Amino acid sequence: MNAPLRKAGVVIFVLFGLLFANLNWVQAYKADAYRTNDHNGRVRVAEYKIPRGVIEVDGQAVAESKATDDTYKYLRTYPKKQVYAPILGYKGVNLAETGIERSENEFLSGASDKLFADRVSAMFTGDQSGGGNVVLSIKPKAQETAWKQMTNNERGVEKGSAVAIDPRTGAIQAMVSMPSYDPNPLASHDTEAAAAAYKKLNEDKGKPLLNRATSETYPPGSTFKVIVSAAALKAGKTQSSEIQAGSEYVAPGSGAPIHNAEAETCPGSQVTLKEALTESCNTGFARLGVELGADKIKKEAQDWGFEQDDLTVGDLSDGGGLSVAASRTGAIQNPDGTTDQAALAQSSIGQKDVRMTTMQGALMAATVANGGKQMRPYLVQQQLSPDRRPIYNANPKELRTPISSDVATDLKEMMFSVVKNGTGQRAQIDGYEVGGKTGTAQNAEGADPHGWFIGFAFNDKGEAVSAVCVMLENVSGGHASAEAARISGLIMKAAAGGGGD
Amino acid sequence: MIIVALYAATVEANQYGKITASFWVPAAILGVLFLGLHLVVRFTAPYADPVLIPAVALINGLGVGFLRRIDIARAITKKLPEPGIFSGIGGRQLAWTLGALILAAILLVVVRDHKVVSRYAYTLGLVGIVLVMIPAVLPASLSEINGAKLWIKLGGFSIQPGEFAKLALVSFFAFYLVRKREVLSLASRRFLGIDFPRGRDLGPVVTVWLLSLLVLVFEKDLGTALLYFGLFVVTLYVATERASWLIIGLLMFFGGVYLAYVLGASVGGPFANFYDRASIWLDPFAPQFVNAEGYQLVQSLLGLGTGGLFGTGPGAGSPGLVPEVHSDFIFAGMGEEIGLFGLSALLVVYLLIVERGLRAAILVRDSFGKLVAGGMAFTLGLQVFVILGGITGLIPLTGQTTPFLSAGGSSLMANWLLVAMLLRISDAARSPAAGGPAGPAGPKQPPAQLHGAMTEVIKP
Repeated sequence: MNAPLRKAGVVIFVLFGLLFANLNWVQAYKADAYRTNDHNGRVRVAEYKIPRGVIEVDGQAVAESKATDDTYKYLRTYPKKQVYAPILGYKGVNLAETGIERSENEFLSGASDKLFADRVSAMFTGDQSGGGNVVLSIKPKAQETAWKQMTNNERGVEKGSAVAIDPRTGAIQAMVSMPSYDPNPLASHDTEAAAAAYKKLNEDKGKPLLNRATSETYPPGSTFKVIVSAAALKAGKTQSSEIQAGSEYVAPGSGAPIHNAEAETCPGSQVTLKEALTESCNTGFARLGVELGADKIKKEAQDWGFEQDDLTVGDLSDGGGLSVAASRTGAIQNPDGTTDQAALAQSSIGQKDVRMTTMQGALMAATVANGGKQMRPYLVQQQLSPDRRPIYNANPKELRTPISSDVATDLKEMMFSVVKNGTGQRAQIDGYEVGGKTGTAQNAEGADPHGWFIGFAFNDKGEAVSAVCVMLENVSGGHASAEAARISGLIMKAAAGGGGD
Repeated sequence: MIIVALYAATVEANQYGKITASFWVPAAILGVLFLGLHLVVRFTAPYADPVLIPAVALINGLGVGFLRRIDIARAITKKLPEPGIFSGIGGRQLAWTLGALILAAILLVVVRDHKVVSRYAYTLGLVGIVLVMIPAVLPASLSEINGAKLWIKLGGFSIQPGEFAKLALVSFFAFYLVRKREVLSLASRRFLGIDFPRGRDLGPVVTVWLLSLLVLVFEKDLGTALLYFGLFVVTLYVATERASWLIIGLLMFFGGVYLAYVLGASVGGPFANFYDRASIWLDPFAPQFVNAEGYQLVQSLLGLGTGGLFGTGPGAGSPGLVPEVHSDFIFAGMGEEIGLFGLSALLVVYLLIVERGLRAAILVRDSFGKLVAGGMAFTLGLQVFVILGGITGLIPLTGQTTPFLSAGGSSLMANWLLVAMLLRISDAARSPAAGGPAGPAGPKQPPAQLHGAMTEVIKP
């Protein structure tokens, strides 16, 4: 009986050999994959062992890590809740991070190469190295004002967004998306509660998780006339060139007749370009667009940043940030490839298939204010090491130059006129010279129009201090753009440091 | 024991940031206990294999240390004071070890000659079958834990009769086969070059095969079924020296398992549990399993993977993330902290125990002793394979305890009884033969055994 016993011994040996081989497979070959697997809770525990860096605006923390005695040692908190949520996003235990928390994740978590020296020195001194801190370009006063004015708007609008930029640098001064959400429950260490909170927000019809300032496009309405004006100026027209207008216009071919918003707007057959913009003359710009041709309109829009689908707003050094949806003009073509004149007429007043983000609107205003140079927008002003040594300072970059300074000057004067004499008068603020363009955009059959305002403010030294775009969805009660203009004025005033409310 | 004490010290260092004054107490208690058992062995079985007790003691001690480490981690999260020596899972395990060692000692004292056991073979066989069947017939509320009906639950107390049944069944099989081996090995028909047994002699094999499949279906546990069946087939093979039994057995078992899998896929019902487990084994990370039924296995693999080659160090991992880490998944929990090298060492210790058991079987002179020792050692090895293979994703996961390591009194006691039995048989194997010069140094012994024999038995 000894031979089979020996064989049994061999069998056991083989079985243990298999176990050993398999352990090697699991613990050596697959070890790294398992160690960093999404389902591995240890990854998160380790991540929460060091405090994630603070995100701050003007010395004030808007996202910070508070020590707790849970398994996860630090709880991410957002003291400003809804106000900064669309910018910051959130960093949850079980939810993927979004917003600046996502794009600056490496730096905030301390894993960035930029913090290598700090990690090494922490290793020698024995200190616990934390994550790096991020300083945003946001001006808290402008942000608070924007949030307050948007949410307490006079028309009871529930959805909308606003962006304010420093035209000279591209630094974002304020960015509001409404409705917003409180990121704190999403960062909860109770993963089930966080998942439930996310589910609720995600299913909310108001789409609070959507950043409407960057990720949503809307028909821009008359704000698009700035681009048509630029095309006309480039084509040799001047502010005082007479263009054809009238109370009604039917484009060659077919299509519904285009009217003006009010009967008293440019009823005459001729009007100057400046006058047309000031009064927001639909028939004038529709004719102008048809005269210039679809190619020129599309080309001009592209020069200003339309069709760009890879713009991000965050950190200028490596390009990460909130991605901005592409604004589009649409094809403006018949199925056979020829220009659809009716569509061209509609597109020239920012209707038909033209779509624009609030960010793009603010960039347009900023471009005019900055003499034709469009600065690349950014949110991250500074990155600080855990011991608050500056690692990175935003170095403003020119994104593109759509117009010469001459054209910019003409446009600026025309837009000043809009606020001084025309449709944008509610944007006027004390102590600043404000220019802009209103927009009222039809969007769906029977729905109230969207109200737009893009504009800029110059201080008494002649410096462009702020450019803004406010967009309100489905404004009831007529003059949809007037409320947007009013809010824009207040945001710019706060951004320029001229008082809050 | 020094290793166990060091392990406990490292655990406390990592968990509390300091080593408490009492870290050595559990290790010392265990040390005294094992020393006590050693003394019992010296007096009752002086020639017993000297490797077995230290090897088993090491595993048992590490198990207690690890369970205590889980208690400490839990106490820290709940902000409780350091758990007492006998409290928590680790403390209970310590107490169970005490009980198990006393039982083992009693067995050694009472059973002075392993052949005595064969007198009660039929009683043991009956007891074994009854023990196996009890959980299957009991209502689920009294016998089911985590989907497997392997327990008898009385109040807050639960025992796993299968662990003890193992011992009883080995003894019964051994006795039965010693009597029948002539018939089973000689009467045969030749077919395809292999000797097949006669149809009527297949009876008992078929019975056991059916029994193990019934266990699979009604107790919803593949591991136990595999264990019983493997045990039977191996003792049969050892007794008859016929490879045909092995082939028949393996074909029947895997055929049955495959049938259960197919039935589980198509019919469901009692087979569904096995089908689910097999599907999880095939792809634990599949989206429908990863946070549901496959969670245990996934977390176990992730734990092992995190440990990597050297582990995070005792007390420095997060075994709390692995469910059932104190029982079925203890190996995964330890694997995270002691790494591939530590686990390999543990595997080698297990292998050592099993091979020493088989060695005793080879050396012992009577057929009954050979079969009992061989069967027991093989079962132990097979059980280690089934559970460790399960938690590392080598074979479908089944609920088995890891011998000497997992928390649980039944398992600990049964396995210590098994070791006591091996000690008894190894004593018989290694003692100088009473009836003449047939000792290890005798002319009939093959040189290989002489080579491995202990110096104390080689006398001029």
